[in-house]
Amino acid sequence: MSDFVDGFWSLYIAGITVVSVIGCAVFLTSQHKKRMPGQAVGTTGHQWDEDLAEYNNPLPKWWMWLFWITIFFALLYLALYPGLGSYKGMLGWSSTGQYDVEQKNAEATYGPIFKKYAAMEIPAIAKDPQAHIMGERMFLTYCAQCHGSDARGNKGFPNLADNDWLWGGEPQAILTTIMEGRTGVMPPMGAAVGGPEGVKEVANYVLSLSGSPHDAKLAEAGKAKFAVCAACHGPEAKGNPALGAPNLTDKVWLHGGSLQAIMYQIENGRTNVMPAHKDFLGPERSRILAAYVWSLSASTTAAK
Amino acid sequence: MNESQYNYKVVRQFAVMTVIWGIVGMLVGVLIAAQLAFPALNFDIPWLTYGRLRPLHTNAVIFAFGGSALFATSYYAVQRTCHARLFGGPLAAFTFWGWQVIILLAAITLPLGITTGKEYAELEWPIDILIAVVWVAYAVVFFGTVATRKVKHIYVANWFFGAFILTVAVLHIVNSAEMPAGLFKSYSAYAGVQDAMVQWWYGHNAVGFFLTAGFLGMMYYFVPKQAGRPVYSYRLSSVHFWALIFTYMWAGPHHLHYTALPDWAQSIGMIFSLILLAPSWGGMINGIMTLSGAWHKLRTDPILKFLIVSLSFYGMSTFEGPMMSIKTVNALSHYTDWTVGHVHSGALGWVAMISVGSLYYLIPRLFNRTEMYSVKAITLHFWVTTIGIVLYIASMWIAGVMQGLMWRAVNEDGTLTYTFVESVKATFPYYVIRLTGGALVFSGMLIMLWNVIKTITVGKAVEATIPPVAAGSELGAPAHA
Repeated sequence: MSDFVDGFWSLYIAGITVVSVIGCAVFLTSQHKKRMPGQAVGTTGHQWDEDLAEYNNPLPKWWMWLFWITIFFALLYLALYPGLGSYKGMLGWSSTGQYDVEQKNAEATYGPIFKKYAAMEIPAIAKDPQAHIMGERMFLTYCAQCHGSDARGNKGFPNLADNDWLWGGEPQAILTTIMEGRTGVMPPMGAAVGGPEGVKEVANYVLSLSGSPHDAKLAEAGKAKFAVCAACHGPEAKGNPALGAPNLTDKVWLHGGSLQAIMYQIENGRTNVMPAHKDFLGPERSRILAAYVWSLSASTTAAK
Repeated sequence: MNESQYNYKVVRQFAVMTVIWGIVGMLVGVLIAAQLAFPALNFDIPWLTYGRLRPLHTNAVIFAFGGSALFATSYYAVQRTCHARLFGGPLAAFTFWGWQVIILLAAITLPLGITTGKEYAELEWPIDILIAVVWVAYAVVFFGTVATRKVKHIYVANWFFGAFILTVAVLHIVNSAEMPAGLFKSYSAYAGVQDAMVQWWYGHNAVGFFLTAGFLGMMYYFVPKQAGRPVYSYRLSSVHFWALIFTYMWAGPHHLHYTALPDWAQSIGMIFSLILLAPSWGGMINGIMTLSGAWHKLRTDPILKFLIVSLSFYGMSTFEGPMMSIKTVNALSHYTDWTVGHVHSGALGWVAMISVGSLYYLIPRLFNRTEMYSVKAITLHFWVTTIGIVLYIASMWIAGVMQGLMWRAVNEDGTLTYTFVESVKATFPYYVIRLTGGALVFSGMLIMLWNVIKTITVGKAVEATIPPVAAGSELGAPAHA
């Protein structure tokens, strides 16, 4: 916790706080005035702007009580809870302490529910109806922001419901992706393929690989220049899941499949990150989530 | 320049611009309320996106509408209660034109996305400097007038206006300390949680001094004037004044409950927010009780309706605020639309209604008339506004509590029951009700504009001669028992 650099500041702030709260009480007491029975309340005798004047009614009693109650509450709270410098309060409460207790209680309550899946094979978990429901809930809470509620992704965020995988679609690979995260890097290749003209040629060649509309002449010229790309995408451009290098021969495009989009990609490269969830979800929840994600495409395969 | 006359020109200018900026600011508010219900209404134009228009809305209603209202009423009240012309000659005119230039710059830079990212302090450093210059000029004019007063005692409205002017200068200068990195970009002088703490020390005191102390000054002049009754209690006004300005200073940390801010700072923010309840209510009691003996006027006088209902909303939101500052309540309410409802019960119910009521008193007097062109239109404005505000805050209460409960609901396995987007979907009907309420308040301002134009057309801009001070109240009069 960001806190005092030395004991002086703790005393300083605690002193000011106590003096201020008690000061409110002293001030209130000093202004207390009883209404004399039978005595009419007059004005102060001052007059402004022709007809502005002030009565001098005493402070309403209920209002003073309201003020007193809040002052007493403040003093009580400062005795019980941390508020006076580094004094911890009689209850020993702290926000981090409360968080730790809630975490511990949650683990005690919900932990056993997840325990039984720790040793199960992921495909087996995928067949468990309860795990499926829990996996779906977690997916909607933690994954849907990027991958969409239907898991079909968006520009820059892979579709998880098809059979195209950047880092491999085996249950274990999916689990690794969730727990460790992934960082896909494509370096800028403009210079390596021979400048702007080369970029255009290679982009046309890439389009030709999936049978997309392209300029055949440019594509032909780009074929040789593709050699530098093959290091990651492979000589047949089928990609490499070990590197997260996408298959360029299908019509699945993570960052757009237009000529412009591909040229931009070659020119500027790209770094795309899936964050690690290991510390956040823990191994058991990650396993259930992996089973859910795996089942999304495994079921479409089965249906075919 | 006639020293025997009040300076009404600058009051007129600010009064008219209050109405104009009120309409502009609330129109932007209605648009962004509509965008929350129907996101397509940003038309995919960057300048019209919610993120850029939201600060435009808050700046326009707080600083353009509220600020102009405060300038107009403080300049009017300080002259009349000091029996002296505004101090500093052309300096008052400088504050008017300076303030309008600042508003214009805000209206250009915010939609362009030029922002410091600090809430209610979004304007970039060149505009910040201009604000500081204009504000110091305002202080010179105001305190100069108080210093050259012909009356012995300083009227209570001027304490509140004075506290507001002084404190806002300090808040603005401290929170806007930043390192420029080009004409349109700067970095805050503070980092991390310290930056957050300075920001909310500023942010909550902007509420406390700009939107509360300043408008209490307005209340202390226009309520007794319109009611034709003396202020209820001098003693209460002095006690709640000192308690209010002292206690508000501490309340900022309640905006940072359950964050990286140390627990001790959060606790102090919470307890002083609770202590703030009574000092806040002191102003409400003093205003409403001023009417005792004249309650019947409330039935027929729509201006008094505006003023007294504004005090009721003030009492309501200053009760709600301390409650929301309690950590356990805040854990539910924070980040929900409950906060938005709370702010608007203060901003629309208190700030806008007291300003509108005061302007309806003020404008005819600036144009040589005894009342507005149409009193019936004031009554209509009152009801349209009141219904609009009730729809607004009631829908946001329900939406906020619902969101808070949905976000914390868990299934039997500890997973969240609702995804975030489900809470957004559930809020949709309340966003539509809120939009309706906001549109009603906005249409009330259009009625006001029509009434003001008519009043100006049939009236005539006048300057008033400074009347003599009542015997016994003049400067140097002997003290009395």
